[in-house]
Amino acid sequence: MADNLLIAPPRPGPPLWLLLELTYRCPLHCAFCYNPTDFARTAAELGTDDWLRVLREARALGAVQLGLSGGEPLTRDDLEPIVAEAHRLGFYTNLITSGVGLNEVRLQALKSAGLDHIQLSFQDSTRQMNDFLSSTRTFDLKSNVAALIKKYDYPMVLNVVLHRLNIDHVEEILEMALRLGADYVELANTQYYGWAWHNREQLLPSRDQVERAERVMQRFRERGGRQMQIYFVVPDYFERRPKACMNGLGSIFLTIAPDGTALPCHAARMLPGLTFPNVRSAGIEEIWYGSESFNHFRGDAWMKEPCRSCPEKVRDFGGCRCQAYLLTGDAANADPVCDLSPHHHLVTEAVARADHPGNGAPQRSVVEKPLVFRSERNSSTLFVKRDGA
Amino acid sequence: MSTPVIDAASRPAIGRGLRLQWEAAQNAHVLLYPEGMIKLNGSAGEILKRCDGAASIADITADLERAFATSNLSGDVIRFVTMAVEKKWLTIS
Repeated sequence: MADNLLIAPPRPGPPLWLLLELTYRCPLHCAFCYNPTDFARTAAELGTDDWLRVLREARALGAVQLGLSGGEPLTRDDLEPIVAEAHRLGFYTNLITSGVGLNEVRLQALKSAGLDHIQLSFQDSTRQMNDFLSSTRTFDLKSNVAALIKKYDYPMVLNVVLHRLNIDHVEEILEMALRLGADYVELANTQYYGWAWHNREQLLPSRDQVERAERVMQRFRERGGRQMQIYFVVPDYFERRPKACMNGLGSIFLTIAPDGTALPCHAARMLPGLTFPNVRSAGIEEIWYGSESFNHFRGDAWMKEPCRSCPEKVRDFGGCRCQAYLLTGDAANADPVCDLSPHHHLVTEAVARADHPGNGAPQRSVVEKPLVFRSERNSSTLFVKRDGA
Repeated sequence: MSTPVIDAASRPAIGRGLRLQWEAAQNAHVLLYPEGMIKLNGSAGEILKRCDGAASIADITADLERAFATSNLSGDVIRFVTMAVEKKWLTIS
C-alpha cells in the first residue's frame, strides 16, 4: 500500500524542562537581562489558576524539571501555592531569583510548600558594582538572603552573569562566594539577547579579559577543592562552534511567558514569521506536538547550507536560532558563532571591537554610549513607542 | 577530602537535594537534582530505589538477588554505590 511508504516523522519527546516566567516585573534593572526590551507592551500576566493548569498539563506530558523565573518571581504573591502544586505533581522545583523579596516568612512557606532548590543571582562582588550593574541598592540584602538560604538547609547556588564591566573581578567574586558558603557558583558569561543585545558593545569583554578570568577560575578550582564547585559558561562569541541551543528547539524545553505565550526558548518570541500559541487558548499537548511554531525548527528540513550537509548538525542543531536572526536577519541561517558560517565575521568583528575599543570604524566607543538599564520606563519610551506599538 | 570506605555494612542514602522518582513518560527511574536530571538504566534504578539510609549494602544485595532470582551481585552493587558516592548521588552513613 502506498500509504505505508509515507513514513511519519518520529514523535518528539516530552517537554522535560518547563520554565515559567511568572512575571516581567523585577526590582532589578540589569543591563544584561535577556528579557525582551519591549516587555512593557506585554499583555496582563496569567492568573494563579492558569499557572496551575499549565503545571498539571505539562506534568501529564512528562515535564519534570520546573524553573520559576521572570522577571523576579517573588513579586508574585501566589508563588507559594504554585510551588505547592508543582511539588504535589512531582516536579523538581527550582526558584531562580534575585533574592529581593525573599524574607524568612516567605522562605519558610516556600520550604514547606516543597521548594527543592534556589539559585540566587549576584551582579558583582562589591556593593558598589552590584548596585551599579543592577541599578539598585541590593547587595546587603542579597548577602542576608544567602545566609537565610543556608539556614533553611538549601544548597547555595550563586549565579553571576559576567561581562566586560565585572569579568575582571572574578577573583573577588569567587572569594565572596566562598565567604558566603556557596556550594556551587555559576559564572555565566552574558548571552546577547534582549537588553544584553541592545547593550552588547558595552558588555562584550575582550579576549584577554576572558582568558584572564579562566586562569583565575582554574587557580581557584585547584585551591578550593571540592567544597565549592565552579561552573564557567564560556561566552560563545569566543568559540568556533555554536552551542547546541536548547538541545534543538522543540526538543526538551518549554517556556511560558508571563502573558501565557508558549515558547520553545525564552528568547524565541523575537523570531519573525512565527505565531506562538498561548496557554489561554490552547492546551500544552496541542501546543507542544501540534503547533506550527513548535514544529517549525524540529528536524533539519528548515536548515540552510552550510548546516544542511554538515555532519555536525546532529550535535549542535545549527546553534541558536535567535542569535542567527539577530546577527544575520534570517533565523534559518547557521549561528554565526560557527566559523563555517559565511557570517562568522560578524562575530569576530564584534570581538575585535571589544579587543580594541575606539580603534574600529565606525566609532562605537564602549565608554561614550551609555548602558540602557532594563526598566519599565526605558522599555516604554525607548522600545515600545519607537516601534510604533 | 577522602572518600569513605564502602563495604557490605555501609548504608547508602540519596544525596541531599537529590530526588529519585519513577517517570512513566520516560519509562525509567530518574535522579533529579538542581536544574538537571539523570535518566537511569534498569539496574541503576533498582539499586538506587533501595538506598534509603536504613538498608545496608548487604541488605540491598540480598533483596536484589531475591527479586531477580540471581546471585553474586555483591561486587556489582559495591562498584555502583562507590561510583554513585563519588558523583554525590549517594551519601554513606
